[in-house]
Amino acid sequence: MSEHRTGIPPADITGSGRLVATLGLVTMICGALIVAVWQWTLPAIAANKKVVLERGVKALVPDAARIVEYDAAADGIRPAQGDPAAGAVRFYATYDGEGRLLAIAAEGAARGYADVVRVLYGYRPACECIFGIRVVQMKETPGIGDKIITDAAFVANFDGLDVSLAPDMKSLSNEVKTVKHGSKKFGWEIDAITGATITSKAVGRGINDSVQMLLPRLRPNLEELKREKGSGK
Amino acid sequence: MTASTKQITNMEQLLEGIWKQNPVFVMTLGMCPTLAVTVSGFNALGMGVATAFVLVCSAGLISLLRNFIPKEVRIATYIVIIATFVTLVDYIIQAVSLALYDALGAFIQLIVVNCIILGRAEAHAAKNPPLPAVLNAFGMGIGFTIGLLALGCVREILGAGKLFGVSLFGASFQPWVVMVLPPGGFFVLGGWLLLFAWWAKRKESNHG
Amino acid sequence: MDESLGQIFVITLLSSNFVLAMFLGLCPFLGVSGKLETAVPMGIATSFVMLVASLCAYGLNWLLGYFELEFLRLISYIVVIASTVQLVEMAMKRFSPALFRALGIYLPLITTNCAVLGVALFQTARGYDFGQSVAFSLGGGAGFTLALVLMAGVRERLKLSDIPGAMQGTALSLMLAGLLSLAFMGFGGIGVSR
Repeated sequence: MSEHRTGIPPADITGSGRLVATLGLVTMICGALIVAVWQWTLPAIAANKKVVLERGVKALVPDAARIVEYDAAADGIRPAQGDPAAGAVRFYATYDGEGRLLAIAAEGAARGYADVVRVLYGYRPACECIFGIRVVQMKETPGIGDKIITDAAFVANFDGLDVSLAPDMKSLSNEVKTVKHGSKKFGWEIDAITGATITSKAVGRGINDSVQMLLPRLRPNLEELKREKGSGK
Repeated sequence: MTASTKQITNMEQLLEGIWKQNPVFVMTLGMCPTLAVTVSGFNALGMGVATAFVLVCSAGLISLLRNFIPKEVRIATYIVIIATFVTLVDYIIQAVSLALYDALGAFIQLIVVNCIILGRAEAHAAKNPPLPAVLNAFGMGIGFTIGLLALGCVREILGAGKLFGVSLFGASFQPWVVMVLPPGGFFVLGGWLLLFAWWAKRKESNHG
Repeated sequence: MDESLGQIFVITLLSSNFVLAMFLGLCPFLGVSGKLETAVPMGIATSFVMLVASLCAYGLNWLLGYFELEFLRLISYIVVIASTVQLVEMAMKRFSPALFRALGIYLPLITTNCAVLGVALFQTARGYDFGQSVAFSLGGGAGFTLALVLMAGVRERLKLSDIPGAMQGTALSLMLAGLLSLAFMGFGGIGVSR
């Protein structure tokens, strides 16, 4: 800059080459450090995530011997690799000791009262129904919103929740709906908890959104999944 | 600098941050993480240790490089160094405990903009040799952790009737839920500051 | 999880207000909320920087994802956001001195504000697309300004009242913020149920 009019004598100004060199050197050291630690922690993080996932899925399907991760994209189903691509739904196929498909688990999420409520639900192809849920993450008000875990009557909603597909296989025959407490009439309705309606609705909405995406992609490929790949045969 | 400040012993370096200049209660610095994650003692401890780690490591490295970094780019360099250690902490916490990682969430990464760390780098580590710099940072880290624990434990006891996940009172205890919600963070920190101010005032009037 | 832009805006403005529910940007919140006349430009300047940060973070995240360098996310966010704000400041000084005089003095303070990096980190963590990111940053900025202005209004009144000695200063500000936060909790669930 030609119009430099500061009071600092020129001798005090460090050359820009030195500045760039310093920054470059420090950035390089830091980059190397990050990569080293990233590489070092990667296996432990992956193992941790696996443990958490297996614990969640096994709570839903206690007799699962093996859990295989898949992604359901618009153009078909493929084994999961890394994070799911945009628009794909991650699901977990559980198999018994002989490689027979037991159930499918997947995650639904919707905004509740305070933050997002994430639930893992179990889907049984034989009855075309959901047979249980497990709350993965929520920050709802303690004592009110967390009734979705503790309230036995609410939890019972998800034992045999009807999510059968319409004949065209493109959507559910009946949308999963959360209704006012005490007015549940059909198998696809969820009886909300009094005083925690917003959280109850979030659970219903999260499941509905996820099932509506997943099932139309899953059902046509169900035969492929019935036996675990690489086992049996 | 007077002669007396140069004579600070290592012990005093360490104690300064714990008590006299406690970052939470005396200087009220680094409030975002202080309030957001202190819903339980366990979270508070995790956050405190993570911050202390970043403080100590960045202070050490900055102090080692202090004669090498030109003053024009010092802030940029400090930020890069701090961001590096925060990234490391982020991965280490994920490797150690995913539960803690989920509880702290983005607030681990927000340690970068915690004023305590940049403030210590600029005011202390950049002017002192590694040993006192690290000791001072360590003291600050302990002070910060104590502050977080003071908040986290009070909020957990009042808001959930537990301490470090262990139930303290019987089933009949009706938790004061608001304490683990956002307003509770403000109230509890306000309460602590009030206590400290009242104590300082009382001491003053006793002397006078 | 699909959320409409309006939903995101309203939720970040009210029920998960950056300052009162997520504790982001507390230092300026407590520091600058003494007077209404400084609170408003500070809020606007912060909102502006948040929008810039959000745009930068969106672009950077795409770039880092493309090269599979996610582990450099934090370090590049902070460096790029800080430099961009600096650039914008210079450009503003050159092309719009009036605007620079109004907002310029606040800009350097804001760069390392939790709320600014918070916008970038939360939108990444939640996987927002471009439009959602913009709505999120605008809602966050508006929410910050709202909280700042409310607080300044209350504190201006408080100057006239007789406050017990030990209560003065930060302790009182925090208690006030707690009350405001309690009030904002009443917005919980807004824009969600369908």
